[in-house]
Amino acid sequence: MIAESCSLLTAAALEDDDRVFEMGDYQGPIARWCSGCGDHSVLTASQRLMTENQLKPETTVFVSGIGCSSRFPHYMKTYGFHGIHGRALPVATGVKLTRPDLDVFVVMGDGDCVSIGAGHWIHAIRYNLDMVALLLDNNIYGLTKKQTSPTTPQGYKSNTQPRGSYLPPMNPLETTLGVTNASFVAQTAEWVPAHLFATLKAAYEHRGFAFVRILQRCPHFTPDIYGEVVKDPDRIELLQHPEGIQAEGLDKIYTNQIRHDPADLHHARELAEDSSAIRLGLFFRDESRPRYEETRALPKYTARQKIDILNEEFERYAV
Amino acid sequence: MAMKLPTLDAEASTGKDVHVHRVTDHSVEVVSDSGEGAQKCGQIFGSVSAKMGNGVWTVEIIPAEVEPPPRNPAGASGIRIRLGDREVTNWGDETNLVVAFNEQALLGRHELNALAHDATILVESMWATHPNPDVRAEWDAAMEVLSEKDYRIIQVPMEEQCLTVVDNPRKGKNMFALGMLCWIFDRDLEKAKDQIAYTFRKKKQEITDRNVELLQLGYAWAEANLDFRYDIPTMKDDVPKVVMNGNDAIALGAVAAGLELAAMYPITPATSVSHMLGEVFDNYGGVLHQAEDEIAAAGVAIGSSYAGKCAFTITSGPGLALKTEFLGLATMTEIPLVLVDVQRGGPSTGLPTKVEQSDLLAAIFGQPGDAPHVVLAPATIEECFTIMATARRIAESLRTVVMVLSDANLATGVAPFARPQLSEASYPAPPDQRPIPEGLRPYDWDPKTGLSRRFIPGQPGGEHTVTGLAHDERSKVAYDAASVQRSHDMRSRKIAAFQNTLLPPEINGDPEGGELLLVGWGSTKGAIEEAVERGRREGLSVSSTHLTFLSPLPPGLKEIFGRFKKVMTVEINYSDKPGDPFINEQNRRRGQLSWLLRASTLVDVDCWTRVLGEPLRPAKILQAIRENMPNGGAA
Repeated sequence: MIAESCSLLTAAALEDDDRVFEMGDYQGPIARWCSGCGDHSVLTASQRLMTENQLKPETTVFVSGIGCSSRFPHYMKTYGFHGIHGRALPVATGVKLTRPDLDVFVVMGDGDCVSIGAGHWIHAIRYNLDMVALLLDNNIYGLTKKQTSPTTPQGYKSNTQPRGSYLPPMNPLETTLGVTNASFVAQTAEWVPAHLFATLKAAYEHRGFAFVRILQRCPHFTPDIYGEVVKDPDRIELLQHPEGIQAEGLDKIYTNQIRHDPADLHHARELAEDSSAIRLGLFFRDESRPRYEETRALPKYTARQKIDILNEEFERYAV
Repeated sequence: MAMKLPTLDAEASTGKDVHVHRVTDHSVEVVSDSGEGAQKCGQIFGSVSAKMGNGVWTVEIIPAEVEPPPRNPAGASGIRIRLGDREVTNWGDETNLVVAFNEQALLGRHELNALAHDATILVESMWATHPNPDVRAEWDAAMEVLSEKDYRIIQVPMEEQCLTVVDNPRKGKNMFALGMLCWIFDRDLEKAKDQIAYTFRKKKQEITDRNVELLQLGYAWAEANLDFRYDIPTMKDDVPKVVMNGNDAIALGAVAAGLELAAMYPITPATSVSHMLGEVFDNYGGVLHQAEDEIAAAGVAIGSSYAGKCAFTITSGPGLALKTEFLGLATMTEIPLVLVDVQRGGPSTGLPTKVEQSDLLAAIFGQPGDAPHVVLAPATIEECFTIMATARRIAESLRTVVMVLSDANLATGVAPFARPQLSEASYPAPPDQRPIPEGLRPYDWDPKTGLSRRFIPGQPGGEHTVTGLAHDERSKVAYDAASVQRSHDMRSRKIAAFQNTLLPPEINGDPEGGELLLVGWGSTKGAIEEAVERGRREGLSVSSTHLTFLSPLPPGLKEIFGRFKKVMTVEINYSDKPGDPFINEQNRRRGQLSWLLRASTLVDVDCWTRVLGEPLRPAKILQAIRENMPNGGAA
């Protein structure tokens, strides 16, 4: 078809375009998050990642749900999809299944991913589509003004549980590592920019569903949850391994380190479960896991060919 | 006990004096316990009859459970096949000939008033002499009940006969029954054999051979023992035809429409669309995505459409409810989406396998916030095929949600229709990847039409974020009064512009007008038109019109209604009947289409609706016509 060959030509022409992208080429309008919000760090790290990997703005799609962090796509100069609460992953699945050529990033908050969208989260891990899924976890509902989220620490007071959260929080790492076909699970923190950037980069370069939980402070509603941790690097334990996250210049500050081979799922689960330290790093990676879009990659046909096949199909029903 | 002797009379068993009845319209049922293959028998019989040139409509009788307890009237499973000497557009009224594998399934059909008072019944004889006295007692009790009517009951030793060929007659009676039907209706045995071979093509050859043997056995038994046959004239036309059910037609229609991704979650009675797609979609480079839930299915389809290829999702009432928020999002972001709702009885889980047309208002108005979109309903199995291309084109050109309301009647009804002519023009172009000209904005609404050009990821210069929040032309979040009003206007205007291109519906009967006009939508068309035709033959001044577009409604309705003394919708959904306790003109809850028509035309549109868990019968509609004729109905 003429239109088809046209678009292929356009795509081919763009392949060897000589554009060089700088940070500013990925920056949308000034973000309207509170000052001190962890979302700012993630936005900057993402723009830096795009610059470093020279991603094309037009073939990059940021998909989000609803919540403070879900405003994210609006502040990127790429394609963006600001959808509905909890449902970023199905939208992203549709995008990637249809257009494996696009780079897809999913930005979710803890209410979005771990609560209302939990079902989609579990299944997206299993589908293992090649995309980056960021959980911006500040342990609270911010946009709707301080309601308990599934990751709110036990006893932490909110407007819906003013006498303190009743139950132990859900641990997104444990959950993710428990899902069959998980292929990339990492944790990082917005206040460690070098680690955050290195983690995003590893996630982007992973072929499969890269799940990154980003520990965040909400300066308005949960400034205290990680307040002490930010001041005291010893409360953090870095996962170290040649196959893990390689962030420059952290060794002197974060002396508390543990060797962990990201191929070792059992050890990863043990580390995720153990609450004695806050661990940053790559818990698990396995690129050999089947990717859904690959299993569903089907040959493309012209309209003429489709008509021929359909006519053959009609033979089954012919009277 | 006064009951008709359910035995073969001597005359019948000689097979010598066969009476051939000439009929133009005949309905046959095969009923059994679940899993005994009655449906397969009926499907093959229907296909063979269609191939011979009869009009055919088959509809499955499906219990809600996969395998309900055996020998239970409520668990009757089977199929009805209506044959005609002309095109058959609906399942008809009552069944004239029944093949029953046990008397309890038969009793179930009797209790539903499915059988004509003088129906001929061929029933498995083994239960009458069963070693278990309880079974024999059940048989006797059933025969007592059945003797209320003038049925002619003939006992047939199906089990005994089948055991001469197979060890497990549960797996063979259906083909024996097919053999009997083939003799009774003088069907071409070669065509039946071909159809058996086709049906079992994925199984071992010996399965086909065994089934052909059973077919011949049934044929020979009928020839030797039965004293009646039916001669039903066939039509000869050269139009090549295909025969399938409405769900298969939707699936193949979607392929022909160039839809490349279907996202769904299993739900009766919609699921068989995806069975068909699961089988054939890969062949065309299409993707059938079985999502983790109904909501995700909508989300995946929307993501796919956003990425440049119009996708669709398939569901039924409960699933439509779950998808609601996403439908609002697609409307707000102006992302094309086709949604197929194969309606079933409701509310809630309702009647999963049975028909209702109760989702109309939910489909049109069910999304919180003002969410204008398009709602269509196919009226025939052929339209199930063609409507998918229409739906895709509307969805893409209007950047809108298009809902297609089919129902369980079309989903399971099987009828032949003219083989579709396919054209390359019906396929969409691949996603536009050309650069976006500078200055163009993602919602550059044309104030005259509300339409705007869609940007697709991959197009350089078109980068923007779509959002479910209120937004302006640049897709920027905008809560100011002017932007909010304007975007509402534009989303509504494109629907109005589209409505302006529609034609008034055609009148079946007398376009000049008359006493009574019936208005229908969806799968009831065949039954309504048949009733109108019979009424007109009786001299009644009745006509009908049928709406494909439910939202927006086509133009000219008020003017058309003005030509008739009385206008009444005929629907398979609930309405209070005049005279019901507490009910008066003001508080009466009405049929869903009649609400819509009253609101949009200010004409006093009455309604006649039934929710019986079955398609409407032409005879019942005819009765309603007679009862609702103004001035007694003289033409």
